[in-house]
Amino acid sequence: MRRVLLWTPLVAFVIVLAVVASGLFRPADRTVRSALIGKSLPDVTLPAIAPGKPGLSNASLRHGGPRLLNIFGSWCIPCAAETPQLLRLKAMGVPIDGIAIRDTAPDLRDFLARYGDPYRAIGDDSQSRVQLALGSAGVPESFVIDGNGTIVLQHVGVIGADDVEAIAAAVRSAR
Amino acid sequence: MRRLLLPLALLAAPALADPTTPPSALADTQLRDPAQEAQARALMTTLRCLVCQGQSIADSDASMAGDMRALVRSRIAAGERPAAIRTWLVERYGDYVSYDPPLGPATWPLWLAPVALLVVGALIARSSFRRRR
Amino acid sequence: MTAELGLAALWLAAALAALQVAMAALGLARGQAAPTAAVRPIAIVQGGLAALAMAALIALFLASDMSVRLVVENSHSAKPWLYKFAGAWGNHEGSMLLWVTILGLAGGAVAIFERRLPERTLIATLGAQAVIALGFYAFLLAASNPFARVSPAARDGLGLNPLLQDPGLAFHPPTLYIGYVGISVAFSFAVGALVTRDVGPVFAKAMRPWVLGAWIFLTLGITAGSYWAYYELGWGGWWFWDPVENASLMPWLAATALLHSVTVLATRDGLRAWTVMLAVVAFSMSMIGTFLVRSGILTSVHAFAVDPVRGRFILVLLALYTGGALALFAARIGTVRAGTTFTLVSREGGLVLNNLLLSVILGVVLIGTLYPLVAAEFGVQLSVGPPFFNAAAGPIALALMVAMAVGPLLRWRRDDAAALLDRMIWPIAAAGFTGAGLVALAPPGVMPLLGLSLAAGLAVASVLPVIGRNPWRTPLFTWGMVVAHLGIAVSLAGMACDSAYTAETLIAARVGQPVRVGPFTVRLDGIKPVIGDNWSALEARLSATRDDDTIVLRPQSRFFADPVTTTSESAIATFRDGQLYTVLGRPDGEGRWQLRLWWKPFVTLIWFGGGLIALGGLLSLVGRWRRERRAAVREAWA
Repeated sequence: MRRVLLWTPLVAFVIVLAVVASGLFRPADRTVRSALIGKSLPDVTLPAIAPGKPGLSNASLRHGGPRLLNIFGSWCIPCAAETPQLLRLKAMGVPIDGIAIRDTAPDLRDFLARYGDPYRAIGDDSQSRVQLALGSAGVPESFVIDGNGTIVLQHVGVIGADDVEAIAAAVRSAR
Repeated sequence: MRRLLLPLALLAAPALADPTTPPSALADTQLRDPAQEAQARALMTTLRCLVCQGQSIADSDASMAGDMRALVRSRIAAGERPAAIRTWLVERYGDYVSYDPPLGPATWPLWLAPVALLVVGALIARSSFRRRR
Repeated sequence: MTAELGLAALWLAAALAALQVAMAALGLARGQAAPTAAVRPIAIVQGGLAALAMAALIALFLASDMSVRLVVENSHSAKPWLYKFAGAWGNHEGSMLLWVTILGLAGGAVAIFERRLPERTLIATLGAQAVIALGFYAFLLAASNPFARVSPAARDGLGLNPLLQDPGLAFHPPTLYIGYVGISVAFSFAVGALVTRDVGPVFAKAMRPWVLGAWIFLTLGITAGSYWAYYELGWGGWWFWDPVENASLMPWLAATALLHSVTVLATRDGLRAWTVMLAVVAFSMSMIGTFLVRSGILTSVHAFAVDPVRGRFILVLLALYTGGALALFAARIGTVRAGTTFTLVSREGGLVLNNLLLSVILGVVLIGTLYPLVAAEFGVQLSVGPPFFNAAAGPIALALMVAMAVGPLLRWRRDDAAALLDRMIWPIAAAGFTGAGLVALAPPGVMPLLGLSLAAGLAVASVLPVIGRNPWRTPLFTWGMVVAHLGIAVSLAGMACDSAYTAETLIAARVGQPVRVGPFTVRLDGIKPVIGDNWSALEARLSATRDDDTIVLRPQSRFFADPVTTTSESAIATFRDGQLYTVLGRPDGEGRWQLRLWWKPFVTLIWFGGGLIALGGLLSLVGRWRRERRAAVREAWA
């Protein structure tokens, strides 16, 4: 018995070693994802910020058919890099609503004029309240919402050229 | 080490410029009621800043941490209980957002560890003591 | 030329390390005299050659030899000499070379000065030391040659990152490495003793100075690192249970336990297996700590340092050394004679309790730090932070403080519980009086109340062993214990005061507006721009008034242009009874400035206590050394 017990430190060490080795060789995905996927969109009521564009409300989001909800800010450089892909999605017939995080009207106007405007509506989230309510951990992030107002997909980070097809397909199938 | 590393961590963060709008007042100012502020503070030290990944929202300069502090303070001021605010955030970000791992199927070995270690340690220590006659 | 000399020295040192392993193995296996006699001189020369290689690298940095890749990538001819000097180890290759140099020098020192151990055990120890060194030499020569040339030579260096240009860089890594190497020597002694089955008081006495020395440096490293984080991070916190901090705490906890168990082994020939095990654990913890910091597998402010290649190397060494030592332990310790056993109420009993509690805390910190990795294996993303560590380790730590108060008042071998209670009257009175006084005057929370009462009791208890004794005739190492334990009490008091009595004011203030924080009235006199080397800043002038004394603080908000970064430089004023901590935040858009102000009564005790703990270690080290010298002289006369 005592003989066997003497090997337990080695066993414990091998377990610790396995844990750290797996952390090294198979690093876990560290993306912080929203826990709301598959759940209903939380209450969203955001005033308009861009001239000629409506803001966002529960009614318009829950009953406006499937769409992409894009979280961005005019101060965020990756968001600018993402705009061409959003414009392509728009051209493919995907409706895109934007949530502008902590933005100002003049900055946003310049941003849309310079990089293009893929948005149907833009809500002004001046204190990141809606971003936090959505479980979003940064900008840019995009959510695919189905016709019933359920979140079906979250895309963390910039939508690259390779992601466009998948996102368009997700919106199409989110009837 | 922290002194070297913190600025470097900031540098290494993607070139996300910060928002230019000033943070909400409650991000960096206290609630008037000291009891409420103490509640808010206790909660904030146990919530993880999601963009910095190594700090609580109570001691982070990141703008999103400021937004989360404002959220916590305004909800406390509105009379919400800290536990409810934590639950609300966990519903959105998962257990990752809370530095206080909940007791559950995934964490019982963690919470049991101190007791288990004490018991095992006491058993090992017993062998160095003389048996009572 | 210097570079080639350095490289040659490094190759020779590696070859000698290999020879040292071979000779030690031969000598132990066959018992022949010639190989055995060769081990000591080889170890000494090996250490000298490693030092020569390090000296060559430093010379290259001081001379700004731009034909050497490492210098080009990490230095600049226009840097101040201190940063050229420190730049030699302010990078991966150089830091590895420094590590192996300290290791080699330590091995040499063992070879020169160690006269107590039986020859065979010493040879085995030096062999183990050479195995450790060999791993690092192999890595240096195979994958991170610090002396590689570039052709053609660069015109000038890329410079050391300006953020790394801090005097802390010159001292922090060497401090840590000395601590880690000291522990590795203790590990080698343990392996040597296992190989020859010579686990006993002589082995403990030979190992003790290395454990003490390592422990002093680890204590200093943690204390300095904590203060560094405190003033640099700008939110008034001094410990965050961050994985990197835990990585520095774990070897310290193991070394602290080892320090006490080695005393039991040296004095009473007990805890044999346990002491050997602790030496192995302490070394593993220093390797695991290094691994966690360098590999970046845990989310921390260190996330930038992700380097799986270095991580893999350290992991392989960790597996080989610790796995090998634990296998040796399992195979051999059963055949080592069991040590003495004790009665429960005795000094030995107290020290066993100390070891038990320290080891449990160590286990809790290790499990808590690694748990997110385990959870990730099962697809669960979670965070383990201060609430867990405080709840799980806090109560055990408080129990440890009680044990620490009682332990030194116990007699060796056998003591009487009633007599002990008699001796504990004053500490218990001090704790009770403090607790009652605090509840009556300024009630803190439960944990700070416990902490402050315990600190008072512990402070009284820790000086009792020297009360009533002639201070000049009391051995120096007893003073060391007293000072170190007093340091813990002082530090604990600082922590409890900080958590209970810190006054915080977060406010958006206009110029000229007075703000209250604790006993101070702080006024924002104005904001002005300042220009630095590679930054510009907005600097606030704050005048803080208490009673009739006014002092000025100048916190800054710094902007770095390349790349765009903003940092807060706190301004701290230290008083006898605490610190006023001020930070300038951002403007709120309406002409006001965010200010973060804290009055932290007696917070400095935390680090002052840390200094006392290290001083206690130093006194013990010198005391033990003097006693052994005297004993050796006496023996020589006899």
